[in-house]
Parts: sequence; C-alpha cells; structure tokens
Amino acid sequence: MRAIQSCSLRVRVLPAALLVLAACGGKPGGDTPARYGIGRAATTQEIAAIDIDVGPDGAGLPAGKGSVSDGAAIYATKCAQCHGQKGEGMPPAYPAMVGRDSAGEKFGFAKDAKIAKTIGNYWSNATTVFDYIRRAMPHTAPGSLTNDEVYALTAHLLSANGLLPATATLDSASLMQVKMPAAGHFVPDNRRGGGTIR
Amino acid sequence: MTDPESKEGAALTRRDLLRGAAVAGGAALVGIPAVARSQAQALAPVVPPLVPQVLPPIPADATKLLGTPTSPVGTRSRFVTASRAPTGEVTGTSFTPLQDLTGTITPSDLHFERHHAGIPLLDPARHTLTVHGMVDRPMAFTVDELRRFPQVTRVHFVECSGNGRGAYRDPKPELTPQKIAGMTSNSEWTGVRLADIMKEVGAQASAQWFLAEGGDACLLARSIPMPKAFDDALVVWAQNGEPLRPEQGYPMRLLLPGYEGNANVKWLRRLEVGMRPWMTRWETAKYTDPLPGGIARQFSFEMDAKSVITSPCAPRTITKGWNPISGLAWSGRGRITKVEVSTDNGKSWREAELQGPSLPKAHVRFAYMWEWKGSEQVLLSRATDETGYVQPTRAKLIEVRGKGTDYHFNPIYGWRIATDGAITFHGES
Ligand code: HEC
Repeated sequence: MRAIQSCSLRVRVLPAALLVLAACGGKPGGDTPARYGIGRAATTQEIAAIDIDVGPDGAGLPAGKGSVSDGAAIYATKCAQCHGQKGEGMPPAYPAMVGRDSAGEKFGFAKDAKIAKTIGNYWSNATTVFDYIRRAMPHTAPGSLTNDEVYALTAHLLSANGLLPATATLDSASLMQVKMPAAGHFVPDNRRGGGTIR
Repeated sequence: MTDPESKEGAALTRRDLLRGAAVAGGAALVGIPAVARSQAQALAPVVPPLVPQVLPPIPADATKLLGTPTSPVGTRSRFVTASRAPTGEVTGTSFTPLQDLTGTITPSDLHFERHHAGIPLLDPARHTLTVHGMVDRPMAFTVDELRRFPQVTRVHFVECSGNGRGAYRDPKPELTPQKIAGMTSNSEWTGVRLADIMKEVGAQASAQWFLAEGGDACLLARSIPMPKAFDDALVVWAQNGEPLRPEQGYPMRLLLPGYEGNANVKWLRRLEVGMRPWMTRWETAKYTDPLPGGIARQFSFEMDAKSVITSPCAPRTITKGWNPISGLAWSGRGRITKVEVSTDNGKSWREAELQGPSLPKAHVRFAYMWEWKGSEQVLLSRATDETGYVQPTRAKLIEVRGKGTDYHFNPIYGWRIATDGAITFHGES
C-alpha cells in the first residue's frame, strides 16, 4: 500500500491493480521514489520575470494604461510597415488585423477561406491582443515595448476594429469590458475517432 | 517564395525581415544592435562564403582507387539530393521530401520545420524549464537535470495541423508528396515523462490545464489539458539518437504524441499549471477550425488518421510491369490497423501490407505489389485506425467542415497514371 501511495499520481492513468506491478517495487529498471529530488526551487523573482501570460479572465494584466491616440502614433512608427497603415496587412506574410466585413460578421469562414480573419471578426478575447503583442511584436524587436505601449497599441487595434471609441484609454479594468464579436463562436473538439467524420 | 501550402506558414523570409527593418527606418530597432535583428544573421560566418567545392571525378572503377578517409560527421552521398523546401523562411515552413524517404524514420535534418519567429540560439548551460502555478514546489530544471529522471524512448510522428491545406483548397496536378503532406515527420524521441516532472513539482490534483511556453522570439504558448500530462506527454531532448536539432527545439521540447504539431512546443522554457486555458493567439486566432454554421472548433488537438502514397508519385514516371505501391499512414488516436489501396480510383480496394510494427501515434509504412499494364489508372490509399476511423474523401470533409476550414486536412488522395507513365496528383476524391 505504501507503494501505491508513493505513486499516487499514476492512479490517474493506470488501473490500481496494474499499478503495483507496472510502476513500483522491485520492477526491472529500479525503484520509483515519491520524488527524485532533482532540479532546484524556482524563486518568486525569477518566475515573475518570465510569467508574462495574460488569461481570458484578466489574470496577469499588468498595471499601466494607454490611449487609442497614443497607440495610433506608436502603430505608425513600429507596426505599419508590415501590417499596413490601416491594419489591412500584406497577406500572406503579414496578417491583416483590422476588418469587420459583412461576410466575416456572420462568421462565414468555413465557406470562404478568403475572408480575412481579423481581431474584429475572429479573435474571441481582447486579452489575447495584449498578450500576443507583448510576447511577440514588433516581429523584429520582440519584448521591446513597455506595458503602457502595449495597452495603447491594443486600444488602437480594438478601436480600428470599431470595438472602442477613438477617445478611449485602456487599462486592465477597461480591457475586460471590451466585447469581442467573435466570442461565443468557438466550440470544443467533438471529434472522437470511430465511425463519424466530424 | 510563397508556397501554396504555407499560407499558414506565411512565408516570411529573411529578406522580408530586413525589408521590414529597413522600412522601419530603424524606429522599431532603436537600441538593438544590428546583429541581434535575426539570430540567423548573428550566426552567419564572418568569413566570405566558401568557393564551391570541387568534387573529385567519379572513378571508372571504384575498386581500383583507394577510397576517402574517415571523417567526424558523415554526409550524404553526392548522388542523393533529398532536401526540404521552401527554405530561408524565418516565419514559415519547410516541408519534408516524403517521396525521397524509405522506412518510417525521418532523417533529423529533413524533419519539416515550422517556426513563428525563427530558430532561437539557446545555450543549454543557461536554458531551464521552469514549472510553476498550481504546484506545491515551483522548480527549474536544466536539460542535464532532466536527463536524471527515468528516460523513455518512443517513436512518434509530429504533424502540423496545417499539413495539406494547399492540396485541400486547390488541388493541382503538379503537387508532390512533399507538397501535399510534407509537414509530417516521424522520429525516435528520448526524454522524460511529463508525469514524472508534474509529480516532482507536486502538481495539484484540481489543476485542469497547463500552459507550455517556448523560448523563441515569439514566446509561443499553448494551453494543454492536464490529463495529457499524465497520459503520454514527454519532455524530450533527443531525436534519433542525438540531441534535438535546433529547428526541432534544442535543447528541449514538449512532445504530445498524436497532437497537432504546434502544441508540441519547441525550445520549452516554462510550464504553468492552472485551472483554465489561456486563450493564446495560437489557440484562438490560429489553429482553430472554422466549421459550417458560424462556429469554429477549438483545442482540436488530435490528428485524424491519414495516409499518403509516396511511390509512385508526381512528378516521376512509371515503367510497365510490377511496382510496389508504397506510402505512409498514421493516426493521432493510436495504431493504424489497416491501409487499403485502390488502383481504379476507389471502385475497389485491396488491403496493403503494413511493414514492421504499427506503433501508436507513429508513421507505419504500407506496401502493395501491383502490375501496371499501361492503362490510365488512379491510385488511392485509405487508412483505418484502431478506433475504427476510416480516412474520408475530400468531398466528405468539404461537406462536414467546409472548403474554408483551416486545419486538419486528411482526405484520401492519389496519383493519376497516364498511358505514357507520367504521374500527376489526383486530389478530387
Ligand atoms: C517586421 C514586420 C512586422 C512588424 C514591424 C510588426 N509585425 Fe506584427 N506580425 C508580423 C508577422 C510576420 C506576423 C505573423 C506571425 C506568425 O505567423 O506567427 C505578425 C502578427 C501579428 C499579430 C497577429 C495577427 C494574427 O492574425 O494572428 C498582431 C496582433 C501583430 N502582429 C501586431 C503587431 C503590432 C502591434 C506591431 C507593432 C508594435 C507589429 N505587429 C509589428 C510582422 C510584423
């Protein structure tokens, strides 16, 4: 029984009977301790330095703020050369980010691959805009933007998509108020193999 | 440079990058040393490019001439030209030349590539995997430390879920196996069970998801359901007996058998255990499947069963007489149990031989001996996996998913043999 306890996590995948034989005690390959004692503790500071993700509930959004107009100015100098003055992109290499055409509004992407998927018609969470820009953009200088700049760029892109007034300023609280047109269109995977093609 | 299959790959080349940087007028690059703009650039040798090597003449009789000596690292025969294509893409793809390979293991240097921000140059002495969030003991591991956990070696394919997009949307006669399916590769991977790492850090039983993040220039991040960590997920550092290739995630990557390639995060630097998915750009704006009825499928990880004939194939020709019809089959849900071949465009099907063991979530090679007598024929293959799933026709997929769907393309494809032995792609099953 001690053996089972020390391998308790394996219960999630193996039936308990198999467990004793397969995972613990005198088996070929040696013993399985509760922990191997390998690795070192990660400090709070070092985790904070890399824990940059923002969740759909706003968890991880930093302090700071930025206005639509500041965002437009930063966009013109740091983003427009690849994504176009109006966020129209230069597909396929540089994605479009702005656009809410009528076909897109009906979420008709399965019918027509040519409808550009934009923040305005395909992104389900405003938090993703912040998270992605902070992670990855501008493409040739990732990680170079301040949090205020990322808020401003997020505000500008949401506003360009008609999701925020041109006079708005975005911070962690107001970002969570933005209603994304694509929210509610996403469904979990229902493919299970077997006889049904989905 | 833009390959039809790599719309998703978006074909951003190094030249484009320089262009972007140039147009930026330096504005985006202030404070960034010129060499840091691209790590590939930083790596470029300072010496002028080598003059083309003069190859020795091919001897009339090699048994009469002493051969060449041993060398530190082998190279392919000069007669072998298998190569990935397209190349030079920082944000984009290169495809495996499936038609040039035999057996089931993809040579590491021909494994397809898909990068969202180029290949990072990571020093294994400094790179760590940090695991935190809903864990009792947040911890960091170097690759050397990971190697001290129980090691497992498994054969699995990795397939980009965008594999085959070009052929699905726009089947053209000149397409080759490389172009219709070259974003799948199969390797022997060595690493540690993610379950062992989760146990070491004391992942909390109530946790539902974890975030996996890479150490590349876009910090690519995906949310993965926690049960996968305790099922068959691995953190691997080796591929086909040697350390991972840089383009496959050196010094370590996540390996989620059967899951779409993008979720197998390369250059793995961080795992955060939590309660809900993070809704990263790669699981919302990308890697979701638009479907009829104004919806899109999300977190569609498992790759559906698929097969492709790699010989005969376009753009080759075939000679009359006996020929093997040979190809690869795989499923993200387990073992391939059957591959059938049709030589009459799907009117009748014959079972092919599965060569070697059919391993779960791995490529298996199939073969069927066939005598070509010179008539026009269409060769097709169709895989069945252990769940009973049978690879569908393209018409069926278009019916249920729409022509604009964006990922997970696994229709039955084939090759049309003309009376003169010329071969073209047949994509309209
Ligand atoms: C040098 C060219 C370049 C510059 C400058 C640039 N981007 Fe990008 N951007 C890209 C490329 C290439 C991609 C696609 C990356 C991929 O496919 O993974 C992208 C993707 C994006 C996306 C995701 C689009 C989608 O549909 O998935 C957003 C949002 C974005 N960029 C915002 C910005 C912002 C904001 C800036 C300015 C701070 C910026 N970009 C500057 C090249 C650039």
